[in-house]
Amino acid sequence: MATATAHHDAHPTGITRWLFTTNHKDIGTLYLVFSLFMFFVGGTMALIIRAELFEPGLQITNPHFYNQMLTLHALVMIFGVIMPAFVGFANWQLPMMLGAPDMALPRMNNWSFWILPFAFTLLLSTVFMQDQGGGPAGGWTMYPPLAIQGGIGTDFTILSIHMMGISSVLGAINVIATILNMRAPGMTLMKMPLFVWTWLITAFLLIGAMPVLAGAVTMLLTDRHFGTHFFDAAGGGDPVLFQHVFWFFGHPEVYILILPAFGIISQVIPTFSRKPLFGYNSMVYATASIAFLSHVVWAHHMFTVGMPVAGELFFMYATMLIAVPTGVKIFNWIATMWRGALTFETPMLFAIAFVILFTIGGLSGLMLAIVPADFQYQDTYFVVAHFHYVLVTGAIVAIFAGAYFWLPKWTGHMYNERLGKWHFWLTMIGMNLTFFPMHFLGLAGMQRRVPDYALQFTDFNQWASVGAFIFGFSQLLFVILVIQAVRGGKRATAQVWEGAEGLEWTLSSPPPYHSFATPPVVK
Amino acid sequence: MCVVRSQSRRGVLSRLISGITLAAVPVLAAADYQLNLPPPVSYIARRILDLHNLIFIICVVIFVIVFGFMFYAMVVHRKSRGHKPATFHDNMTFEVVWTVIPFLILVGMAIPSTATLIEMTDVSKADMTVKITGYQWKWKYDYPDQDLSFFSSLSTPRDQIEGKAQKGEYYLHEVDNPVVLPVGKKVRFLMTGNDVIHSWWVPQLGIKTDAIPGFINETWTNIDQPGVYRGVCAELCGKDHGFMPIVVNAVSQEEFDKWVVAQKQKASSDAASAGKTWTRDELMAKGKQVFQTCAACHGPNGEGIGPFPKLAGSKIATGPLKDHLNIVLHGKPGTAMQAFGTQMNDVDLAAVITYERNSFGNKTGDVVQPAQVKAAR
Amino acid sequence: MASAHGSYYLPNPSPWPIVTSASLFLLALGTVLTINGIKLGPWLMLLGALGIIAMMTSWFGQVIGESESGAYNAQVDRSFRWGMAWFIFSEVMFFAAFFGALFYVRMFAVDWIGSNDILWPNFDPTWPTAGPKGPMPIAPGSIPGPNQFTPMGAWGIPALNTLILLSSGATVTWAHWGLLKDNRAQLITGLFLTVALGISFIGFQAYEYVHAYTELGLTLKTGIYGTTFFMLTGFHGFHVTMGTIMLIVILLRALKGHFRPDHHFGFEAVAWYWHFVDVVWLFLFIFVYWL
Ligand code: HEA
Ligand code: HEA
Ligand code: HEC
Ligand code: CUA
Ligand SMILES: [Cu+2]
Repeated sequence: MATATAHHDAHPTGITRWLFTTNHKDIGTLYLVFSLFMFFVGGTMALIIRAELFEPGLQITNPHFYNQMLTLHALVMIFGVIMPAFVGFANWQLPMMLGAPDMALPRMNNWSFWILPFAFTLLLSTVFMQDQGGGPAGGWTMYPPLAIQGGIGTDFTILSIHMMGISSVLGAINVIATILNMRAPGMTLMKMPLFVWTWLITAFLLIGAMPVLAGAVTMLLTDRHFGTHFFDAAGGGDPVLFQHVFWFFGHPEVYILILPAFGIISQVIPTFSRKPLFGYNSMVYATASIAFLSHVVWAHHMFTVGMPVAGELFFMYATMLIAVPTGVKIFNWIATMWRGALTFETPMLFAIAFVILFTIGGLSGLMLAIVPADFQYQDTYFVVAHFHYVLVTGAIVAIFAGAYFWLPKWTGHMYNERLGKWHFWLTMIGMNLTFFPMHFLGLAGMQRRVPDYALQFTDFNQWASVGAFIFGFSQLLFVILVIQAVRGGKRATAQVWEGAEGLEWTLSSPPPYHSFATPPVVK
Repeated sequence: MCVVRSQSRRGVLSRLISGITLAAVPVLAAADYQLNLPPPVSYIARRILDLHNLIFIICVVIFVIVFGFMFYAMVVHRKSRGHKPATFHDNMTFEVVWTVIPFLILVGMAIPSTATLIEMTDVSKADMTVKITGYQWKWKYDYPDQDLSFFSSLSTPRDQIEGKAQKGEYYLHEVDNPVVLPVGKKVRFLMTGNDVIHSWWVPQLGIKTDAIPGFINETWTNIDQPGVYRGVCAELCGKDHGFMPIVVNAVSQEEFDKWVVAQKQKASSDAASAGKTWTRDELMAKGKQVFQTCAACHGPNGEGIGPFPKLAGSKIATGPLKDHLNIVLHGKPGTAMQAFGTQMNDVDLAAVITYERNSFGNKTGDVVQPAQVKAAR
Repeated sequence: MASAHGSYYLPNPSPWPIVTSASLFLLALGTVLTINGIKLGPWLMLLGALGIIAMMTSWFGQVIGESESGAYNAQVDRSFRWGMAWFIFSEVMFFAAFFGALFYVRMFAVDWIGSNDILWPNFDPTWPTAGPKGPMPIAPGSIPGPNQFTPMGAWGIPALNTLILLSSGATVTWAHWGLLKDNRAQLITGLFLTVALGISFIGFQAYEYVHAYTELGLTLKTGIYGTTFFMLTGFHGFHVTMGTIMLIVILLRALKGHFRPDHHFGFEAVAWYWHFVDVVWLFLFIFVYWL
């Protein structure tokens, strides 16, 4: 296997270091900083939503603006926060975990990052065009014919989604090439850390799903401007066609948003249990089965569109099946903790919270999969509760677990553990207060995507709004903590955590510029 | 129905406290907060509620057992208690067990779900049919057997929404013309959309079905007790998606028949008034009322918002009458502007066009008669 | 595994990626403005497109230079191969979305519209159709009157184009054999023939479009039939054009003496791409033109 060319290394400093970089760590940092920034952008929109929903009646937004906030909130959080955060982790960790000098295609790596700020400029600029109709207002799912009515903002959104798609596909290609081609001698596939495995599978999902989304929004664009009839019954098309194509992307997408999280948790739990991961092989197979099943369940988002019964039954059964491999993962994590020697540093706290709270979201997902019951849940706050439990208390919490876990490795300094614990507990209180009551709101009859509601929903909405502000503002603690750790603090050792195992912990903290200039040998 | 709360202004703190109490004593709190689906009033809604409760309980049991183990480990197997880590990392038996058991549980859940689903989709042998069409942002109900048809839209005054008036008991859950259905009869619904996708949802009937333009979805209900049941549009359909509720008035067959007769009389008296010539003041007064519909997009003072154009000073509303009639009657395909010719009668159209041409600073002085509208159709 | 040059090539920091992203941004912005009738739009599009072309030339130029100077070892070559293979797969999925749309309307949507007597009485759902409000299809060969259209037949130009693309697949493989044997003449002849076939395919396709628009009454707006026909064949035609440009580049490089029997990823990438375009066409021929 190859060593790296030390080849007249140029290290530009200042701004060009970041603009022109081909280094996986710099690009990883760019992704992570971008993601954190966008978290506040998307979060501010969420807070606008929650402020409007604090009381019945219209107070701070008009309905059209509310719909824009709702749509942009979701697009920013999904494409601007969670996905870039995971790619950031992948950039930092994959070469280090595999024993490689860098990612396989470094220039393309930089390209996939730099598309994102431009794509989001395009998307977010629509907020400043209120006179031309403002931003996209049809929900992140952009169902036609509503999306066809939208103003120029919808076109901005479509093109920016094309750009995000290019970025994700390029990123995924890079990940696959790195994992398949850059492993150190002896690092067989079944020896790779689980985080690497989950990313490999996620990358396949990305390449399978993002182009389909591009296809869906392209159809929307041509229906809007070029007179095609994909979604128009008068011309022989069908609005529901869009939903099929969209969810063929959309459902794999939600696993794109959770599989790397599973990977992070599978690194953190063994470390703080001081015990090897239980059932490595079954973890790999479970991840692969989830990815496979995710392609045949898409229509569970469309149970009320009037599908033939056979279709509804098929999609119900397939969806329910996903509980089996996901359950295997939950049980394996618990078995890893079983009879370990547990300690509860911040990463472990977040990881444990992930397992518990993700399961709540997973179980509500299972309830949604039951077709007759879904007729009552569909498009209510019960669904909103479900997906925030898997996305916020799932993906976001896992991202925090990973960030705390690797921060000492990346910066070379220990973070402030006390501040970390505060951040953890405030986050827990805030997020559960926000999202738990939404289950009840949905059951009681509150539909989603409305700026105003009937009086009997007031109390739970007020809790949720209070919780959202607690949750939102406690994230500032995390920013402070990261800045502190970058600036200085107790020096981190190479291994950092007592129970940590794997190649990345054999490198110094912070690691050298080219992670493994000579490949290590894995026995 | 649901517990209606007056608009009391309790402090945030007291809410937090009541929240903690709620978590601690769910039974007590249930009196105050609705935590589950509303009481069902049809066979299907009851089946759904039972299914929901069953699945929910299974999930809670799974959750408690699984995390029982985890909490045990968290308490007992900690390093601070001196616990030494074991080294096992595999156990075939356990792995097979926790793959097979969940699978069996799922099979157990799938059986009643399948049965209920099949019952829900059986629309045969209906006693009567109602066709429901979703519009931005109101519902149209057609009774083909009774030869009746009317629109139903939100009746909550704007002042309540904007916080300028005390909100009423059924805030946002009230309409001008409720849909009336007989109890004890199997009613088949044909659902479609006029412009975008809407979804007709009345929780207590256990019905939610998308109303998709160009397609018809079928569903049914058989209500077993008289009463007023409220629901909402459940598919994002644009700006006023949150403001297109549904009110079902379930009555006995006799009352239903009486209602049908009364509706027909109203319709024929409306038709009579279309023939006469209206004065400008009459038209303006009526137009102002009809404009409520248009105000949803064009704003109460014709000021427009976002993609919806201003009518104040608009080229069309102040230009030739022909173009104005044309856009209102036939709409503009591909935009939210609908063909109101199919929705409103000649009188309403004449009134609203007159109103638009002489309000918000528009001063054409035109008076449009129903006969002119009829001619332009 | 020891490689020829010993180490994995790690490129220096490079301005191309970010400038390409900026050009992409201009192209996207220009597109939005253009389709909304804003004057600035086309200029921005042009600027963006030129930027992308310029960047591609410089960026690929640099890669070619590095490759020819022997900077890439076998492992780098493999990274490129994985990259290209999965890029092509992503394209497959893009086409899958449109084929999926075609199958969905043909198998479900059109039938549902046909069985819906309340909203669409008297609509005959047999394919090809332009929907209940679209023009009526008439038999191939006849001249359409107003509100009629003639669906595209399979056995004229499309069959010829099938033949052309299949032979071009053969010629590019023959060129590859030449390269492997280090027979430059065969390489160059093979590539030249492939390019020529590619261009004639595009020519026939363009002729077919003109024919459809001017004589068959068949346009992008002709209901769902016109929509799926032009979107699928259009995206395919776009890919053939891209592929032909790539082939021309490869031909020029071959003329300059690039590629060695054991080191010619650039050639293979283009050949793979060309085969992919070929296979998509076969599906198009079967499902869009023939059945
Ligand atoms: C990270 C994202 C993520 C994840 C992981 C999931 C996971 C799941 N989701 Fe979710 N979902 C979303 C994100 C996600 N979802 C989003 C964003 C939407 C809304 C989109 C929109 O409309 O805007 C949505 C909506 C959604 C719907 C549509 C609801 C509607 O609109 O009517 C459905 C329906 O079936 C569903 C089901 C499921 C299921 C069955 C899982 C399963 O994968 C869960 C599996 C996990 C478990 C079951 C728990 C652990 C298992 C055990 C402890 C084993 C034992 C358990 C049993 C035997 C029961 N989801
Ligand atoms: C990855 C996904 C993700 C994440 C992380 C979140 C995070 C949050 N979401 Fe989101 N949400 C979605 C994905 C996500 N959401 C999706 C897909 C939808 C569906 C959209 C649709 O229907 O189309 C949705 C819809 C949605 C709704 C439903 C709206 C409706 O249907 O009408 C609500 C309502 O409460 C909500 C709330 C929140 C809140 C309170 C958070 C909180 O976690 C946010 C926490 C807040 C912060 C982190 C902000 C911190 C900011 C500050 C402290 C300000 C400081 C300022 C500066 C420094 C400048 N979301
Ligand atoms: C669902 C939203 C909606 C409703 C309700 C609505 N309109 Fe419109 N209207 C529009 C839109 C969108 C346009 C712009 C169409 C275009 O792009 O030209 C429009 C345009 C118009 C115009 C032309 C204005 C101009 O200068 O271009 C008139 C006049 C008009 N509407 C009258 C009415 C009347 C009268 C009503 C009620 C009976 C009404 N509208 C209800 C959405 C609506
Ligand atoms: Cu109609 Cu929402
Ligand atoms: Cu899903």
